[in-house]
Amino acid sequence: MLCDSCHERDAVVHLTTIENNAVHQLHLCERCAAERGVETTVAAPKHPLGEFLQAVHQQVTAGGGGAGASGEGLRCNFCNMTMADFRATGRWGCARCYTTFEAGIRELLRRVHGNHRHVGRAYRPPMSESLERSSALGELKERLRRAIESEQFELAADLRDRIRVLE
Amino acid sequence: MSVDLSLLPDGGVGWLDASGQYSDIVLSTRIRLARNVEGYAFTGRARDGERLRVLAQVREAVATVPSLNEAVMYRLDELPPTSRALLHERHLVSKELAGLDGQHPLRTGAAVFLADGLGLMVNEEDHLRLQALRSGFALQEAFAAIDKLDRDLGSRVPYSFHNEFGFLTACPTNVGTGMRGSVLIHLPGLVLTKEIGKVLASLQQMGLTYRGLYGEGSEVVGNFFQISNQTTLGRSEEELLDQLLRVVGHVVEREAEARRVLLRDAGYIIEDKLWRAYGTLRYARSLTFDEAMNYLSGVRLAVGLKLISTLSVYTLNKLLIFSQAAHLAYTEGRALTESETNLARARYVRKALEEEAGSVG
Repeated sequence: MLCDSCHERDAVVHLTTIENNAVHQLHLCERCAAERGVETTVAAPKHPLGEFLQAVHQQVTAGGGGAGASGEGLRCNFCNMTMADFRATGRWGCARCYTTFEAGIRELLRRVHGNHRHVGRAYRPPMSESLERSSALGELKERLRRAIESEQFELAADLRDRIRVLE
Repeated sequence: MSVDLSLLPDGGVGWLDASGQYSDIVLSTRIRLARNVEGYAFTGRARDGERLRVLAQVREAVATVPSLNEAVMYRLDELPPTSRALLHERHLVSKELAGLDGQHPLRTGAAVFLADGLGLMVNEEDHLRLQALRSGFALQEAFAAIDKLDRDLGSRVPYSFHNEFGFLTACPTNVGTGMRGSVLIHLPGLVLTKEIGKVLASLQQMGLTYRGLYGEGSEVVGNFFQISNQTTLGRSEEELLDQLLRVVGHVVEREAEARRVLLRDAGYIIEDKLWRAYGTLRYARSLTFDEAMNYLSGVRLAVGLKLISTLSVYTLNKLLIFSQAAHLAYTEGRALTESETNLARARYVRKALEEEAGSVG
């Protein structure tokens, strides 16, 4: 059977439509079906993150941003991540980013998962007093290293004082 | 240094021994948990030194975790590409961790701990990727094993956790439970009866998704699909697994029904097609990977339909793994060009089928 539209290729899609109670049968080749927006193959699963990133991008280019919910203008104080970095990679830089960009993340998670609240297993990290101190110390030292690297000397001095107290 | 797979307790292939429920349709079940260690930038943003410290901290903890204290550790960053490809082909490490995905460089500190049916990848996209792998349809067993490992490890290494968002991950699509359950399933009946489109579309409405043989970004080949949960947040681990359990159970029923319909309505056509697939595998002198997968899919269906009775599902599972490029090079003991790989593949498949042939037909 030839395609009802181009009359050249074999019809492989058989489309039944009902309009005003009348049934129409249309036989189309793959190309003509695609031109009419009829899906003939299994569509790849949509990736909600991709859609979100696109939405964020449009919001930014449309000028509706600011340091509000979108997180524009913010910078993570642990890993120096910005929204622009996130848009480029689709990945957060560290656990602290979830606090820095909290409002935007909540919206993002709602879009990706349809929800923003974890209801699974709760967790408490192991924390003996000495472990707590050493992990806080480790984190401060890490931040100090980063502060020095990015030449934020005032922050570095402040961090150094805090490390001294803990030590 | 090249990898010595004989060190692994089960050669790393215990998951394809064809045991477990529905093993002629469901090859394997895998559950993975994504976790990050508190106090470091996530892997993608961490420097070499940080990743090495993460590895050292995890290594120390692993030594006292019961299910991993006898695990074999491989430093991916110290292995040649062929060995890394071998581990990837056995589904023991991701393409990203093996530095083979073409997007991420091989990372300093990339490592994997492997024990019987359990794995722990370090410095993947997240600091930790715990995985449990089981033969057949075995979500509950896999979850019991991974949950135990997670609790043991999490009481020794502090994970990044947020009261509202749950376990924190580099990619927002994994946050919350950090859990992805996936079932590797063979659906030739649904493909041949052209029902597959409907089934796959309905998966998405149920919050599930599908991928090819090697997970994210991989193509569907040989009618093998990996069905997994799409979302990780807003529902508990049990709810997510329960949903996956019910839907996959339903897909298995649909597949079984499609196979019955095929036999009933197109018996001799199907029989002829499947025997031709067997004949090609048995006698071909050169096979590309896609060809081999497609014919193996046919033969697997023939075994499921009991048209071929002297071939075991276990042999077919092994062929899926051992007819891949890195495994062929490993068996031949040298690097192979593409055409040499195709020749070696045909030779390997022929030999395996000959050994089991006996009175096939």
